[in-house]
Amino acid sequence: MRCVILGSGNIGTDLMIKLLKGTDSSGTGTTPLELVALVGIDPNSDGLARARALGIEGPHEGPEWILDHAGDIDLVFDATSAYVHVRHYKQYAEAGITAVDLTPAARGPKVIAAVNLTEHLDAPNINMVTCGGQATTPMVFAVRRALETLPYAEMVSTVASKSAGPGTRQNIDEFTKTTSTALREIGGAETSKAIIILNPAEPPMMMRNTVFAALPEGADHDAVIQSIHDMELEVKRYVPGYRLKNPPVIEEGPFNTPGGVVPHRAVVLLEVEGAGDYLPPYAGNLDIMTAAAQRVGEAIAVHRAGVLA
Amino acid sequence: MTTNVTADYRLIDSTLRDGSHAISHQYRDQDVIRIVQGLDAAGVQVIEIAHGDGLGGSSFNYGFSAVPEKELIARACDVAVNAQIACLLLPGIGLADDLREVNELGVQVARIAVHCTEADITEQHIKVAKSLGMEAIGFLMMSHMNSPEGLVEQALLMQSYGADTIYIADSAGAMTVDDVRYRVSALVRALDVPVGVHAHNNLSMAVANSIAAFEEGAKNLDGTSAGLGAGAGNCPTEILAAVSTKYGIETGVNPLALMDLAEDVVRPIMPRQQVIDRAGLLLGYAGVYGSFLLHAERAAERYGVPQSEILLELGRRKVVGGQEDMIIDVALDLVRQHAEQENSTS
Repeated sequence: MRCVILGSGNIGTDLMIKLLKGTDSSGTGTTPLELVALVGIDPNSDGLARARALGIEGPHEGPEWILDHAGDIDLVFDATSAYVHVRHYKQYAEAGITAVDLTPAARGPKVIAAVNLTEHLDAPNINMVTCGGQATTPMVFAVRRALETLPYAEMVSTVASKSAGPGTRQNIDEFTKTTSTALREIGGAETSKAIIILNPAEPPMMMRNTVFAALPEGADHDAVIQSIHDMELEVKRYVPGYRLKNPPVIEEGPFNTPGGVVPHRAVVLLEVEGAGDYLPPYAGNLDIMTAAAQRVGEAIAVHRAGVLA
Repeated sequence: MTTNVTADYRLIDSTLRDGSHAISHQYRDQDVIRIVQGLDAAGVQVIEIAHGDGLGGSSFNYGFSAVPEKELIARACDVAVNAQIACLLLPGIGLADDLREVNELGVQVARIAVHCTEADITEQHIKVAKSLGMEAIGFLMMSHMNSPEGLVEQALLMQSYGADTIYIADSAGAMTVDDVRYRVSALVRALDVPVGVHAHNNLSMAVANSIAAFEEGAKNLDGTSAGLGAGAGNCPTEILAAVSTKYGIETGVNPLALMDLAEDVVRPIMPRQQVIDRAGLLLGYAGVYGSFLLHAERAAERYGVPQSEILLELGRRKVVGGQEDMIIDVALDLVRQHAEQENSTS
């Protein structure tokens, strides 16, 4: 399947390097994604220079270039910003190009690769939520599947200042709102909250995510813990650096959550070490986003090949 | 009781916001009424109220509020006669929508708080506050972690977004008088807007640092009644007023009324008095965010590891405000390290 990446910043460049490796997201097969171009808007950007050096096109005419070449493109990975995506997403759909949206614009259905990968394969636009959402929603889902109901879930994401680009910084509310929505819609929590913190420490700290989940009276704590460990392995299949930094713990309350008073909470302390494709390994937030987007792109390609065959 | 003279600096009281940390966000309606009445009657111009971690702070990570903060804010707006009501918001925790809601309730001042190197994430929220007709105050936290020049750079960003006043907050109570002087004088020279200082008392420097800030040109100072606040507490409003008077600095507030408020209203609801014990001092010494104190105490009890070791490790990891989840992480690491040490010695 022929695809382009729009946006030559950190995320777009990282995704380009992943796709050009030629292996699929599980690292075991060949990717069905053929990268045609990395499209930017700044002719002098580092990302576009790298694209040309790696032997693929690196035009700087932005969304216009994609629409002009619509006949040769099946899918666009949009790694610009929520603002840019909102302005152009209808044009991609009209031109018959599927959009995998790596911004928090949230125009299409949300996909978390470890939870609902195959749910929206025919959608013209798929939203990848946020890096923190890709890291934490699987764990919220893991707790939820071990309970009858999950009254409240919360995530706290801390990323190194250096790995948070201007898109995130100018739209931090979009990050927390989109992530919080994913914890409910895909994670299965009744109520939710998302928090993001930037940490400027040098050397930069590894991306950290913490999930807090409200455990109602009568919850099977052993089943919750087992489900969390299982999910770690499920995410590791496409993000090798995803890990439980400490074993999950159950803490005693009571806790007066927005979903009601609960006697216990589960605490899941996660770390994401990046593959070091473009930015160094501390930028796990980029890695989990691009790895998830690649996985979704591949699922679409495989699905389409199956439908056509 | 209100004094009507022109003040040399503006006093912002944060008993109902920063003080919320020290009572684990358990303020009730009645507390708000009595504290706002007392501050208002004493002539305090601005009263800040919110969850300790700002609007939207009620959470597992920072502690759930006993009463929804917007109910308490609405009450404060109703009760205040002369004082303006202010809120604090940390982008990444609270939302621009929260500002819109509290503005409807009558909040006139929005303090947009951020770690002292990340001012560019405040643009959205400062602009929303301004568009609502609120005064917007940029609030640079953990200012001991940035140089005077670095703070100027960050403050200029906030000024360019439309901030009306820029604060530096000594959130870890880690600054000496010289640290404050260098930072405030650099800001006063570089900025067109007034400067403010929010001091904590972990090194027993809060009042001295506030007076030094005034001498360097700060036009806004923060306090809390009886010093109620994160860590070993804030600059006590009543002491700041009393000391200012001794210096011949006009505050526009009545120190005696503030002493009464601290003694008769605030001290009785404090779970403990604000003293500089080992843990409080360690915060200032190691430069650790003050609101970690009680969370670290609970984690220490829960996991049977020393609170002081948790705080020192948080300092080593260069954790910033908001990363309360790392307290659990550090406690679990310490449990494992202690177990390994026992195994190797037995």
